[in-house]
Amino acid sequence: MSGDVRVADVWFSYPDGRAALRGLDLTIEEGERVALIGPNGAGKTTLALHLNGVLRADTGEISIVGLEMADENLKEIRRRVGLVFQDPNDQLFMPSVRDDVAFGPANLGFSGERLEERVTEALEMVDGLEFADRPPHHLSGGEKNRAALATVLAMEPDVVVFDEPSSGLDPAGRRDSIETLRRLPMTQLIITHDMPLALELCSRAVIVSGGRVVASGASAEIFSDADLLARHRLEFPHVPSPGTHLRRV
Amino acid sequence: MGAGHSHALYIHEHSRLHKLAPEAKLAAAVGLVVSVAITPRQAIWAFGVYSLMVIALAAWSRVPARFLVVRLGAVLPFVAFALVIPFVASGRQTDILGMDVSVEGLWGMWNIVAKALLGAGVSILLTATTEIPEIIRGLGVLRVPSVVTGIATFMIRYLELIADELGRVRVAMTSRGYDPRWLHQARPIASSAGAMFVRSYERGERVHAAMLARGFDGEMPDFGKPRASPLEWLGIVALVVLSLSVAIAALVST
Repeated sequence: MSGDVRVADVWFSYPDGRAALRGLDLTIEEGERVALIGPNGAGKTTLALHLNGVLRADTGEISIVGLEMADENLKEIRRRVGLVFQDPNDQLFMPSVRDDVAFGPANLGFSGERLEERVTEALEMVDGLEFADRPPHHLSGGEKNRAALATVLAMEPDVVVFDEPSSGLDPAGRRDSIETLRRLPMTQLIITHDMPLALELCSRAVIVSGGRVVASGASAEIFSDADLLARHRLEFPHVPSPGTHLRRV
Repeated sequence: MGAGHSHALYIHEHSRLHKLAPEAKLAAAVGLVVSVAITPRQAIWAFGVYSLMVIALAAWSRVPARFLVVRLGAVLPFVAFALVIPFVASGRQTDILGMDVSVEGLWGMWNIVAKALLGAGVSILLTATTEIPEIIRGLGVLRVPSVVTGIATFMIRYLELIADELGRVRVAMTSRGYDPRWLHQARPIASSAGAMFVRSYERGERVHAAMLARGFDGEMPDFGKPRASPLEWLGIVALVVLSLSVAIAALVST
């Protein structure tokens, strides 16, 4: 079984009967950075929650770095796969950023100086030491995103899954976010509607629609296939340059 | 107060009282308040001793006296109520400044004012020298069930978020011409309360997922923060024994 992340024919329905994943297949190789795009309700976030066992597939197989998704591997899988949620307020639940970053490693049994070390390292990776002792509700949007990422990095994961890393950020915040992701050495799956970001960061893009992978290939090819994108309610943004606009007016 | 401190009751200082482990401070506060509460009102000397103890702790904490006095204002409503008692209580009357007041009522007033001020003084000192997350951690060390301390933690974290959401809902209502004045206009408020409840519940689920994703297994982790040392406990026990002895002496003497 190859690949850091291997998802084979996974089906999943929510308790209300809504089928979210319908035979989804996906393999991500070690060190790869893959963009996952798709319309709203395609099953992207549902897939993310499957990758570290918060949701469990009805049928199908998932394995992470060779570990089968099973109760006895759950703890190890949750250490190896980090999820960065869309709303950082969901991720930051402790009274201070430092405690929040410590939450994961403390669950893994770290304490004392070793815990302190992990927390400092993770905060350094996101340039977050300056807000370590602030309560999360006193952070700006960009700082919250970085703090949320630090909480995941403190687990030293092999795979990080990002759910909309650039949503709600101002242009400078989005740029910071892109540069931070670029610096991270681990395998990454980036769920996003921000196709320019995906094109910039990811060599491969995968389209999920209706709970299945409908296309996978080089980002440049996927994003230049306007018909394929349109069939799945997607569109590579056409950015008019302010200069052209001026001449026309 | 530094930018990093989360609540208005806390005074940023570096006194020994600030550095004392939170569980020790909690135990001392409870011991002091219980002593004050069981002391019979006639033992005026005992209240004098308690006052000296609280004043000594306050001086030790280096919390500004002005801050303590202003915070003590929180007990004013009780004091105002107590001031009325001598005039309305029945029983033997006495004459003060030409007014007839009840002796029993005077004792009642004294009891409420003295105990309210001392109790409030102790709690103000506790919160001025201990940040709320630390107080909760102290409760955990004192074996308060983790469900209770967990709820308190999340309440503090998410109260502001919920207040923000409520504020946005209000703005959305106002900007669409909603300006409630009468009871029959309360319906939208009720339904928005329902929506807030559902949103909070959904957030709860997402937060739980985020916790699971980082290895949460039902027990909040112990971050390995320092516990109260035997020496600290010795000091606390001495303090509580002293205050309880005063209370018992007062009980016996009256």
